[in-house]
Amino acid sequence: MIVAFSIMLPFIAAALIPFIYRRFKNIHLGWFVLVVPAVLFTLLASYIPRIANGETFVKTYEWIPTFGINITTYLDGLSMIFSLLITGVGSLVILYSIFYLSTKESLHHFYCYLLLFMGAMLGVVLSDNLMVLYVFWELTSVSSFLLIAFWHHRKASRAGARKAMIITVSGGVAMLAGFLMLYVASGTFSIREIIANLEVVQASALFVPAMLLVLLGAFTKSAQFPFHIWLPDAMEAPTPVSAYLHSATMVKAGIYLVARTTPIFGGHEVWFWTVSGVGILTLFWGSFNAVKQFDLKALLAYSTISQLGLIMSLFGLGSAALHLGYASDTVIYTQATFAALFHLINHSTFKGALFMMVGIVDHEVGTRDIRRLGGLMALMPFTFTIAVIGSFSMAGLPPFNGFLSKEMFFAATVNIMQLNIFSLDNFGLIFPVVAWIASIFTFVYCAIIVMRTFFGKIQPDRLEKPPHEAPIGMLISPYILITFVVGIFIFPNVLGHYILQPAMASIYPMFPSSEELTPHIAAWHGYINTELWMTFGVIVFGILLYRTLKKWRPMYQIFPQKYTFNAIYERIIGSGESYSSRITNRYMNGHLSYYFIYIYVFFIAVLAGYALYADVLSWDPSKDSAIEPYELILVFVMVFAAGAILFAKQRITVVLLNGVLGYSVAFFFVLFRAPDLALTQLVVESITTALFLLAFKYLPKIQPEKVSNSIKITKAMISIAVGATVTLIGLAVMNYDKFEPISAYFEDAYNLAGGKNIVNTILGDFRAFDTMLEVVVLFIAGLGVYTLIKLKAKKGDTDVESK
Amino acid sequence: MKVNDVILKTVVRMVVFIVLTFGMYLFFAGHNAPGGGFIGGLVLGSAIVLLYLTYDIETVHKGMPFDFKKVAALGVLLATGTAIGSLFFDAPFLTQTDGYFTIPILGEKHLSTVVLFEAGVALTVIGTLVTIILSISEDE
Repeated sequence: MIVAFSIMLPFIAAALIPFIYRRFKNIHLGWFVLVVPAVLFTLLASYIPRIANGETFVKTYEWIPTFGINITTYLDGLSMIFSLLITGVGSLVILYSIFYLSTKESLHHFYCYLLLFMGAMLGVVLSDNLMVLYVFWELTSVSSFLLIAFWHHRKASRAGARKAMIITVSGGVAMLAGFLMLYVASGTFSIREIIANLEVVQASALFVPAMLLVLLGAFTKSAQFPFHIWLPDAMEAPTPVSAYLHSATMVKAGIYLVARTTPIFGGHEVWFWTVSGVGILTLFWGSFNAVKQFDLKALLAYSTISQLGLIMSLFGLGSAALHLGYASDTVIYTQATFAALFHLINHSTFKGALFMMVGIVDHEVGTRDIRRLGGLMALMPFTFTIAVIGSFSMAGLPPFNGFLSKEMFFAATVNIMQLNIFSLDNFGLIFPVVAWIASIFTFVYCAIIVMRTFFGKIQPDRLEKPPHEAPIGMLISPYILITFVVGIFIFPNVLGHYILQPAMASIYPMFPSSEELTPHIAAWHGYINTELWMTFGVIVFGILLYRTLKKWRPMYQIFPQKYTFNAIYERIIGSGESYSSRITNRYMNGHLSYYFIYIYVFFIAVLAGYALYADVLSWDPSKDSAIEPYELILVFVMVFAAGAILFAKQRITVVLLNGVLGYSVAFFFVLFRAPDLALTQLVVESITTALFLLAFKYLPKIQPEKVSNSIKITKAMISIAVGATVTLIGLAVMNYDKFEPISAYFEDAYNLAGGKNIVNTILGDFRAFDTMLEVVVLFIAGLGVYTLIKLKAKKGDTDVESK
Repeated sequence: MKVNDVILKTVVRMVVFIVLTFGMYLFFAGHNAPGGGFIGGLVLGSAIVLLYLTYDIETVHKGMPFDFKKVAALGVLLATGTAIGSLFFDAPFLTQTDGYFTIPILGEKHLSTVVLFEAGVALTVIGTLVTIILSISEDE
């Protein structure tokens, strides 16, 4: 119940925001919003002791039980880590944003999107049902889109938002296909049930395709190589958003998915190589590219990409233990997963702090370009402290939490070389080598962050504002985070026992005790081991490379600009747009009669074509009742009116003749004893005629068509064919006997729906869903007409879009 | 140009009440006889449109100071609200219920939640109809 409440609360709060915003104009909206994550964090944290005891909490609410789609909330160790991150970092980010965003911004939009995101993200990590997870997953993409484009008057924001949306949503759709394959293989959408029936799933031919598609979803979301290109562009969002979505939570959804599905897919060679290979490549590529950035936020974006790759590769390495099965000597390989979870938390703490630090610099100085920054240490000492602690932790230096997890990462890459499965004996060396090189680059960009911003000479004339220290409110959140950075270093095993151990149990459910999977984390093992040597190497080479940065920086120019992933993306999008507009322009030529031709030709082709193909066009007049003379008169009137429309010279005649047709149809309804239809037809006919007459004054006079005879004949053929199709199908329906008519069911309307008028019970009860949605559609159409007419731009108005 | 439309105005003044009554009758007759929310709403809406056609917009607006967009929105809320409302009674989405109740003066009457749903339909129809016709006719 509490778990479902945690998902619901942000959504409820988001819906309430407009009212709060109007009522309390003088108070910053963030203070109200802050309550939501703070309450949820406390609530969820109260579960920690029970989760640490190995308990899990499941609750199912039925949604579409016939398809196995139920809203099942599931809180275990793994979801616990993520939900604590979402609510914890969420609280800090909102607190920070209160001081970052002035009340002049459209805060109600901002916080509404942010709460939407928070609810969706909690939904992702707390759902057990794959379909529900998917819905929330896409909702995070949508809210991220809205947040990136928060300053939508800037072109770069819109482009970044679109890029993020296109990449993550296409990955999401691939993931949906993967989920459906899993459903086909296992017969259930529940992750727990799939894990329980592993043999069936693994034997299925869809196992590997499903795995790859799910991974595609995870990789796009977590900005893995080569889908990482959206993340740097997403930095157009306000900094609190970057700190929250694009470093601490949303980009970790892919990591979550990988961790969650490790029990299903892990142990397979393809999984091992894809996850760890892509991860380690991303680690290297991200850190390598981070060094060349001049914008601090772009630098942090690439560093996030690289750190996500690190975590991803650790999950890949850890999955080898599932292949080996449980034994006392295979437990060591699970330590990679442990390190992944550990680094996941550490990364959120130090990267969150660093983003907030950059936000402060940007806010107080007016620029994030390291070429214009420098010498801020004396002016912004508190901000400087955040930068040093955050960067040292990211570089993997003691005494900060990043050191511990980086050491464990090195240990995991070294250990994996001992394995002789998955042809690791040949290629295993890749992991420690690439990890080490990437860590050197990590050291270099960490040094750039600190040295270029805070040391060197200050250049006041190149800054937008005179630099000064940030207000205390902006410093609270990053200081809480760096307290964690140091605190986790000092007491790592508290975290290990209460938070990481239950999560290990969720990733290795087949292993008997999670106690054994939880290593004792220590900064100093009493001797200098391989990983410590690697760290020494990183420091030495890192300092060396940073000192010589000017000499080797031109190396980045070697890569041709034409073949970067960004250029490829732009080319695909650009050519897609131009091709589709070329094709669309070919048939959308602005002539209404052409559009009718498309519709009617399609109509004839599909309906008449299918009727001929299925051979159902049979008509048996022997069963029909006799045709009365007054019916013939009515038919004659209609034929006359229809024929006269063709030769009418004025629009008003056309409308009136059309009305004659409509009223005659109504008469037919009366004759055939269908009072409901007759009534509706009469009223609708009157109103449409009135509408037509109203709209008349805007239309030009009818011009005689100047087209060749062949076109006229074609049009006549099409219209005759449409009429013939409708008539023939109408006649054929009377004789259709492929299945029983369902009308008998409705005859019991009084007992089933409490009404004697069958038509109305169908509208209001049996098929009320249709009616409800029709009402909504009608309303939307009405609003559409209203906005088209009333809100059109006046002549000479500026185009808001292209600022 | 001043149009002399005394006859029209006089007739409409009478007719509108007949049409409105008929619309209300259709709305309530719905469940057991021809009628219902959609057709009732259409008739009521057309009565209002008739008023607008006969008198000018300001005069009618003085008598009926509604924003018809809001009327339509209220209708949509009512229709979807009754649908969602059934969830609170542990019944599937859109479940309708009915029963016989004894009401003072009126005697035993058949009441049904469909009426609320149909009222939503009717209000949406009225609101949308009037909104469309007003915005087209006001457009210059």
